[in-house]
This record gives sequence, structure tokens and C-alpha cells, in this order.
Amino acid sequence: MRFSRLLIISGIGVMLTALEVAVSIPRAHAQQDPDPSPAPITDDQVNEIANQLFCPVCENIPLDVCGTQACSDWRQEIRAMLADGKSEAEIKQYFASRYGQRVLATPEASGANLLVWVLPVVGAVIGLGVLVVALRQMAPGALAAEVSTSAVAPDYSDLEPEYVARFEREYKEFSS
Amino acid sequence: VTQDAQAIAQPRAVRWGQVAIWVAVAAILVVVWLGLAQTFAAQPNNGKAPDFTLQTFDGQTFRLSEQRGKVVLVNFWASWCAPCEEEAPDLQAAWEKYQDKGVVFIGIAYVDADHKSKAFMEKFGITYMNGPDLGTKISDDYNIKGVPETFIINRDGEVTYFAAVPLDLATLSAELDKALAE
Repeated sequence: MRFSRLLIISGIGVMLTALEVAVSIPRAHAQQDPDPSPAPITDDQVNEIANQLFCPVCENIPLDVCGTQACSDWRQEIRAMLADGKSEAEIKQYFASRYGQRVLATPEASGANLLVWVLPVVGAVIGLGVLVVALRQMAPGALAAEVSTSAVAPDYSDLEPEYVARFEREYKEFSS
Repeated sequence: VTQDAQAIAQPRAVRWGQVAIWVAVAAILVVVWLGLAQTFAAQPNNGKAPDFTLQTFDGQTFRLSEQRGKVVLVNFWASWCAPCEEEAPDLQAAWEKYQDKGVVFIGIAYVDADHKSKAFMEKFGITYMNGPDLGTKISDDYNIKGVPETFIINRDGEVTYFAAVPLDLATLSAELDKALAE
């Protein structure tokens, strides 16, 4: 009886030890092998965001190709933010809030910026309309239609008959 | 003959398409004109100085309109700007000379990272108030074209001096004395 109890207790002890070992293996493994250092941020990753930004100091030169110290500082900021795990949208939002919407190569479609999106479409529609009207007027059929319209017999009913007769007489004299 | 007479006698129908085209062209010209006017607007060198509020690097709130009765020197600068480095010791010297004479200095960091601005201030021992121009709103209001640019504003809040070059202590002293004498 005592022996069997001893066996049971020993069995439980062995099981608990095995369980502890099983749980502790991954933990120990994690302690022995710390997280590998994150991959370094490449220039391509930085430039992918930089070419969507314009520094106010250098107008019309995208950040990725601008050679000034100010732009170099900005690229360093982008690199640091990428290393911190910030997303492209977060980085662009940071620059826009700090330096104004004009740093964005593609402005947000809101407020006065809507004009940037609407005006080209309006211009294109107007240009297309002008082109269509011009082509219609230049078409040979349009000229013929205009001639035929002017060739319709004139209506003299509201003119004095005496005046009409005189006009026709003089016209015949002039034509002959 | 009759048709021509009728054509002359009757008013021409309004061509709404043409009206729309002209309105659209006029609108585009106005937008372009406004953009060009903003681009080529000069920095204010007289008249009321545009008001602004700035959060300084040390957490204070500076409002220009609250400085009436004092002469204010506003300096736009950046840590990446070499002429600003040339000017910084003279600005600090001028601040030390005039801080007890009713003059306020405010530095505005233009398109600069905070940590770089603070490092610059530490390097040159700058002790007057400085802060970042968030959204480049203040520099837009003052139409600055680069850095350094400096404005001196008299006790009535009017610009009395403007320079787009690095200033030395002699020039700063002369211009601040003039503003104080007004």
C-alpha cells in the first residue's frame, strides 16, 4: 500500500517535471537567442516615400533627388520613422501636419485642394466640347447645309410690293 | 434681304455653352493669378506685422499681438542653413545686450527637425525663445523666401526693418536702437 502510494507520488512528480521542462524549453530558447536585429532600412525604401514628398525649401524637386542639407535631413527622418515601424501613410501624414499640405506630391482631395482635382477635368471637358463644335463647323456637310439654308427663297410678304418690284428690276439690270 | 433684316431685328439667343466656357476660363485665370500673387508676394517691410502664435521648444506659448509696447525681433532660421550658423552668435550677443531694454527676440525654426533645432541652439548657446513653424504657416504669412530672414517690429506692432541676409551685431544694434527710439 505504502509502495503503491509512493509509486503514484513518484509518477506525478515525474509528470510535473516533464511538464515544466516542456514549458521551459521554448522560454529558455527565447532567452538564449534574442530577437534578431531588424533588417536595415534600404535607400529604396526611403526613396519610395521621399519621391512622394517635396521639401518647401527646394520647389519642384522631389525629396528623393534633392541634394540640399534640408532634404537630406528629411530623408534621415523618413529612415528613422521606417525603422520605428511607421507606415508610409503615417510618415506622409507626419510631414504634412508638420510642414503643410504642400509637401505632398499628391494633395489630399479636400477643401481648396479639390480644385487641383476638379479643374483638369473641367478643362478637359471644355476642350473636348470646343473641339467637337470646331470639327462640326469644319465638316464639308456643314458648309453645304449653310449654303442650302441661305438658298431658300426669300419671303418678301412683309415688304412693300413697290419696293420689291423695284429691287427685282434693278437686280435684273445689274445682273444682265 | 428679308432674312438678313430679320436676323438683325431679332436678338440672338444666349449661347449658354459659350457662357460656361468663358466663366470656366475666367475661373482658371483667377486661380492662376492668385497662385502667382502668393508666389511673388514680397516680405512685409512696413505696416502691421502679421500676428502669429508659436509653441516654443520649452513649452511656452508666444503670441506676437501680446507684445505691444515692446520691440520684437523675429528671426527665421534652420539648423541646415550655413548663413544661420554665421549669424547665430551675433543674434545671441544682441539678445544679451537688449533683453533688459524692452526688446523680445523670437526665433522661428523653418522646415527643421526639432532635435536638430535644439542641437543647433545648444551649439550656439541660444537662450531666447525659439519654436518650430508648424505647417510653415508663419513663414507663409511673412512670405519668406529662405533663411535667415529677420524682421524688427516696433512697439505698435509695425515692421520697421527687414533683412534677408545674416546680420551682425553692429547692424542689429543700430536697427534695434532705431526701433526703440520711435
